[in-house]
Amino acid sequence: MLGRGILRGLIETGRNFCGSYYDPARLTTVQYPEEKLPPQENARTLPFLVYDGQDPLAGLRCTACTICEQECPAHCIRIVKDTVKKPDYLGKMQFHPKVFDIDAMVCMSCGVCVEVCPFDSIKMDRVFELAQDRRALVLHKMNLAKSNQYYREIHPTEAAAVDAARDEEQRKARAKKAAAPAILTP
Amino acid sequence: MNALDQIFVSTLHRLAGFAPASARPLVSMLLIIAGLMALFGTCFALATILERKTLGRMQNRYGPNRVGPFGLFQPIADGVKMLIKEDIVPFSADQALHFLAPLVLTVPVWLAFAVLPFGRNMSAIELDSGILFFFAIGSASELAVFMAGWSSQNKYSLLGAMRAIAQMISYEVPLVLASVPALIAAGSLSLPAIVQAQSGFALGWVPRWNVFTPWGLAGFALFLIAATAESNRCPFDLPEGESELIAGYLTEYSGFKYALFFLGEYLGLFAVTGLAVTLFLGGWQAPAPWLQWLPTWGWFALKFSALIFLFIWARATLPRLRLDQLLHFAWKFLVPLALINLVVAVAWCKSGLWQFPAALEIRWLLGAGVLAASYVGLGRSWKGGYPERRQYNYAQ
Amino acid sequence: MLNEISFYLLAALTVACAVAAMALRRLVHCALCAAAAFAGLALIYLQLDAEFVGFAQLLVYVGAIAILIVFAVLLTRGEEAAPGGRQSSPSWISGVGIAVLLLAGLLLPILASPSLQHGAPPAPVPSVKRIGEELMTRYVLPLEMVGVLLTAALLGAVVIALREPSDGNLPGNSPAQQRAKTGEAMNL
Repeated sequence: MLGRGILRGLIETGRNFCGSYYDPARLTTVQYPEEKLPPQENARTLPFLVYDGQDPLAGLRCTACTICEQECPAHCIRIVKDTVKKPDYLGKMQFHPKVFDIDAMVCMSCGVCVEVCPFDSIKMDRVFELAQDRRALVLHKMNLAKSNQYYREIHPTEAAAVDAARDEEQRKARAKKAAAPAILTP
Repeated sequence: MNALDQIFVSTLHRLAGFAPASARPLVSMLLIIAGLMALFGTCFALATILERKTLGRMQNRYGPNRVGPFGLFQPIADGVKMLIKEDIVPFSADQALHFLAPLVLTVPVWLAFAVLPFGRNMSAIELDSGILFFFAIGSASELAVFMAGWSSQNKYSLLGAMRAIAQMISYEVPLVLASVPALIAAGSLSLPAIVQAQSGFALGWVPRWNVFTPWGLAGFALFLIAATAESNRCPFDLPEGESELIAGYLTEYSGFKYALFFLGEYLGLFAVTGLAVTLFLGGWQAPAPWLQWLPTWGWFALKFSALIFLFIWARATLPRLRLDQLLHFAWKFLVPLALINLVVAVAWCKSGLWQFPAALEIRWLLGAGVLAASYVGLGRSWKGGYPERRQYNYAQ
Repeated sequence: MLNEISFYLLAALTVACAVAAMALRRLVHCALCAAAAFAGLALIYLQLDAEFVGFAQLLVYVGAIAILIVFAVLLTRGEEAAPGGRQSSPSWISGVGIAVLLLAGLLLPILASPSLQHGAPPAPVPSVKRIGEELMTRYVLPLEMVGVLLTAALLGAVVIALREPSDGNLPGNSPAQQRAKTGEAMNL
């Protein structure tokens, strides 16, 4: 009959109107920035460098191997290797970067640097409220270094897997050192 | 509460008493004009924000809620924005017509408020042929659409203006035809007399409003549909909706002239809603004898707001009609239905003299039956402007 | 006194609009000035307390006839932007002569009529009810004739409009054409 569809439509919008006052399913607006949606674990925006422990310089996992710089499709990473070596979590002496710059304007959040890093030192961050009125668009090493604790907060499953792998490696290295006879200094 | 009811009338008399006796009619008329303009200007501002918020709620979102508490200062922000915009007039436009078009639209619409009875003794002018005045000046504002479209010297504005005028003159016919039964029932063209004719209560509790008769219900629905089309509101907002796509008669207008067009459209809506309340919903009368403590202008305001809500509800629900669908709907559905409604109304009025016991039920059955049958019949015969369905022999 | 001033003002407005409707260069301006002249006439009727006639004049002339003229201008000369050439014709003297003759022909009987000798009787205020009653009793035959004439005009307009899309536009989906279309699809 003519008009049946119109009535059904009117009833639906009427229910929307009345329901929007008490039913959260009928008013799904999230009034950003006062209210925010809960962040999702797999979200990614820009990369950051992970450091273990409290000291960003001493615990930085990055060894300046420059694989991420070479693999980055947008060529937004610039690394300058330092000449001094530091021990890593296994005790081996590694280089570390003197300069590690990421051009945030160029980075396209593809995550290739994360995939190719052999040392689990660069991971994707989740921050997006980065708009500013100064032209501070190049992120330096000290901006990028964030603790492993932070990494565990934002990507729990990934961080748990990485930590488990690293602990396994450490255990094996310690077992090997304990099994090998001590070198007596003459 | 007679004092509260007549508070505006008594205030007017007291204020006009300050003027010398020879100038008193002029002063009182000026006061009425100022009052109406202030009232309906505020109504316009409130209507814009409440419409946006109501549309938002019906679309599962908040409306504007940043400016002021619950967004209620939004019209002020909109007004300031419109006023400070640059007024661009195209170089090849017809300067005089381009300037005059918003005025020719808005002035007749302000005039329409002069005859509406807002409460007991509260219509600005009591004309013997008030409703004829209303329709006459309503039709005078259609020339403004043409002026706006023509003066822009823009092919698309011209087409948009032609379509807009076609829509407006097509829907004038059902509008007037749907209001004629109310005039027949009241026996007068004067709006306060029409309201008076709807006073009293049948069976002790049912108000004698025109909407509670079969022809009144159908006429009310027809009037509301035609009113939606006359003020270019969704689902009949082809003149404005097209301006999102290509152009329309409003393209070359910016700043305050656009605000005047907007104002004219909303005021037209208010005027025709006021007329619907007067003709069909009993004007300023209360629906029950024990509800008469609310002043008559309060009842008018309540019914008015309910109808405006209905218009906003329709806008949120219905998609826009295409031009040919619109015109088919007017000429092939609404006009025959309005004519049948007129016949049923005359039959109702003539059969009001029947005295035998089940007279009211029989009259209702006959009237409602004829109207329902014609509605269903016309609905079946109207295919919405689509051609016959093709038979695809291989794609079953 | 106020009555006379208002009458002279309205008359001046109407005459000015009528002259403008004749003398302006652009056709659309002329049409709109004609509409303004109609509105001026309606105001004169209103000034004479003839409410029904005044509003009916507005509704019919300004609301329908002016729009009809405007549509005619739009549909036929819609694209023309440049106004026409000379506004005054070469034989304007004979035009003035004819106009003077016409005015004399209208004025002389009016001035010589006996109703100007005695003053105007008090005009009855024509309520709409009285107009309706007169239309339905004394003038019912002219009313019905006008109705028949308008119906004939409406039917004529519909017939003329129907005949124009001759090659299958909107009313062209006749059953014969439909069968032809599906017949073509069947025969591949």
